[in-house]
Amino acid sequence: MIAAGATPGRAGRAWRGVAASDGAPIYGVLALVALVSWTAIIATGGQVNVTTTLIRSVALGMVAVGQTLVILGGSLDLSVAYQVSVTAVMASHVMQGDPDRMLLGVAATVAIGIGIGLANGLIITGLRVNPFITTLGTGLIMRGVLNASFDNFAGEVPREFQTLGYDGIGPIPYALLLFAGVTLVVWALLKYTRFGHHLYAVGGGEETARLSGVRSARAIVGAHVLCSLTAVLTGLFIVSRLRAGAPWVGPDGNYDLESIAAVVLGGTALAGGRGGVLGTVAGVLILALLDNVFNALEVNTFLKQVLRGVIIVAAVAAYARRARPRRARGA
Amino acid sequence: MAVALSDADTGTVVTPPTAAAAGVGEPLLAMRGIAKRFFGVPVLTDVDLEVRAGEVHALMGENGAGKSTLMKILAGAHQPDAGTIALDGEPVRFGHPREAQRRGVSIIYQEFNLLPERTVAQNIFLGREPTRGPVVDGRAMAAATAALLADLGVERSIAPHSVVRELSVAQQQTVEIAKALSFAARILIMDEPTASLSPHEVEALFERVRRLQARGLAVLYISHRLKEIFEIAQRITVLKDGRRVDTVAAGAVTPAVLVKMMVGRDLDDYYPPRAATVGEVMLRVRGGGNARLHDIDVELRAGEIVGLAGLEGAGRTELARALFGADPFARGEVRLDGAPTLVRSPRQAIRAGFGFLTEDRKAEGLVLPQSVADNSLLALRSLGARLARRRGGGGGASVLELARDVDLRAASLDQEVRYLSGGNQQKVVLAKWLATKSRLLIFDEPTRGIDVGAKAGIHDLMRGLAAGGAAILMISSDLTEVIGMSDRILVMRDGTIAGALLAGATEAEIILLATGQHETVAA
Repeated sequence: MIAAGATPGRAGRAWRGVAASDGAPIYGVLALVALVSWTAIIATGGQVNVTTTLIRSVALGMVAVGQTLVILGGSLDLSVAYQVSVTAVMASHVMQGDPDRMLLGVAATVAIGIGIGLANGLIITGLRVNPFITTLGTGLIMRGVLNASFDNFAGEVPREFQTLGYDGIGPIPYALLLFAGVTLVVWALLKYTRFGHHLYAVGGGEETARLSGVRSARAIVGAHVLCSLTAVLTGLFIVSRLRAGAPWVGPDGNYDLESIAAVVLGGTALAGGRGGVLGTVAGVLILALLDNVFNALEVNTFLKQVLRGVIIVAAVAAYARRARPRRARGA
Repeated sequence: MAVALSDADTGTVVTPPTAAAAGVGEPLLAMRGIAKRFFGVPVLTDVDLEVRAGEVHALMGENGAGKSTLMKILAGAHQPDAGTIALDGEPVRFGHPREAQRRGVSIIYQEFNLLPERTVAQNIFLGREPTRGPVVDGRAMAAATAALLADLGVERSIAPHSVVRELSVAQQQTVEIAKALSFAARILIMDEPTASLSPHEVEALFERVRRLQARGLAVLYISHRLKEIFEIAQRITVLKDGRRVDTVAAGAVTPAVLVKMMVGRDLDDYYPPRAATVGEVMLRVRGGGNARLHDIDVELRAGEIVGLAGLEGAGRTELARALFGADPFARGEVRLDGAPTLVRSPRQAIRAGFGFLTEDRKAEGLVLPQSVADNSLLALRSLGARLARRRGGGGGASVLELARDVDLRAASLDQEVRYLSGGNQQKVVLAKWLATKSRLLIFDEPTRGIDVGAKAGIHDLMRGLAAGGAAILMISSDLTEVIGMSDRILVMRDGTIAGALLAGATEAEIILLATGQHETVAA
């Protein structure tokens, strides 16, 4: 897979032209992974179900799209897993199975999400606390509050709300549409708005951005608020699948580190300034496919973790090789 | 116009009346009585500068003469302590680079301010992207960028959607120029614009500069390269030690006169006496080269201090790093005591007896929050000397000896080095290399940022080491230091050794070699 990433064919190059600097070569890798894993599954007598794979990607996918934003800006959000928990718990707690309270539940979780995003962003930019520490801290705070207030499933969401997790338009699940919509919106934000342009600038060269009159704090805070909103959407999706939220749903999904892994796998530089949301989606799909094939082949759980670890590190090493040519601001 | 001459012996300057500056009407830019101090040290004192529309005005002076500071003040990156700036006779104050840009003053630094991962258009319009409703108007941005690029005659080679990282240095510079023009610049400051350009690219740049000039733009051009100055500039202002020597018409002076204006000072510092005897050849490099260096021939002998002079970017530090294995030679042969030696990493270099006192002591020479003792033993411990490792904890006599050898003034050996003065920090770095018994010492700007008293101490130490049989290579931008300390002087230019001079060389000789003007004057 490394070789395929390092030497894109003509199609790969054309792709790169279309989605310049948005991690397009990763789609070649994605196609390869899909081909290999599906072949393996079919060869062992299993069944390929694309929709199931996609559905599995939705929860991590939306968080990872949000994570892409903060990472592009040179920041990071480790608190997303607990934000997912907060959302899931609060949604079922507020709704209490009453369809009339659905809107209230959604509004409450969105408001909380915006609050958390603002808090993260303002602590990082205003108090100048390192993002890693900031979000580690806010995550711990959320964890403590959740565990103190709820020790099990809290309330439930009404049956109507569960359509989000289980129904769809014809063959297309709502959840997939939501994921696609979030991806599209964030992609457009990055490509077509000043906010997006400035986010890249702040992540790629904060001093250059500052000297160009860019208000970097705004971009960072905005990215954190949007990132929190994607965590809220993931939380809502999960609670619609589970019917009730519990404090552990977020941490159990490993959304914090997995989302960062997906972003980096998708070609976004951890230091910021380079990459994009399309690459992240590919990264998420690759991780889901790997899960898929590992399950079908009944790979040992621990070996599974080892393999995932190897693949993530190898992918980033491949990017490091590609990025070797000298930079303008280097030397 | 009359020529100002500074007398090298007395340091006095004869300035003719500058009547020629008047008569063209109001100058576009007038800086008067500009003064600036950093941490109490005067960097600029009472500097005047007048620039007219449509002229290329060169700013010259040795390293540290104050050129860059003066230009940063003009561009709003620094605020002057005293003095006034007037544009079209109207006084202005720039608190931020953006304000200067708005008034038509743009600066292109040697280190470009571009985002490598973004496109040309995105870079040019960063922070002021045109929008249509909530959406960035990519088409308008591309069109405006294309127009700017066409204006510079580079629309064929640079596209608005090209990613900056994939452009050559010369192309990136052109993008910077386009960016400056997009602010409707009337004064364009270029700091060493040709430092990393090939001769062909320099020609193209000059053509572009002349184009701008023809449109009434004033270009302030900072360069060390005499040849270029005479090719492109109409007037030249020379700075020395933070003061203006004079402003002259380029046609009225010769390179030699200009050099004299730049140098004109006494060799009144004290330097220890030179080596009486020089020993065997210790290090010999033949045809050394890597990405930044080529055809390097160097010999260092025991007991000798060799000065390495050259302009910023000529490759002096690169040579030091190559010798030390930090960015090793890819070609050529290195012989140590006559035996072929491979130095592929600093670790191998240290084992072979090299010591490297880097220019940036704080980042590369010392671990600031660690003690004098720990820093002194840093290199020795890394070599795995078990004894030293054990002794490190208990303080130990050897550190005390080292401290005495370098005449260190510290409260105790446990004092953190960040609390020491620059001179004492340098001594700790030296102690680090004495601990490994280095015989080949490379000093990169050994006394930069060190006060006068401590300077002499460092110089004495260097001479003492040489007398003890060490071979020393000293990089310095301070020409009096090079002349005062060196038994032999190597001058670098464009990544190779441009020539060698003997101990008695003058500053003018070094500058002419470093700028590639040697032939002109010899003729």
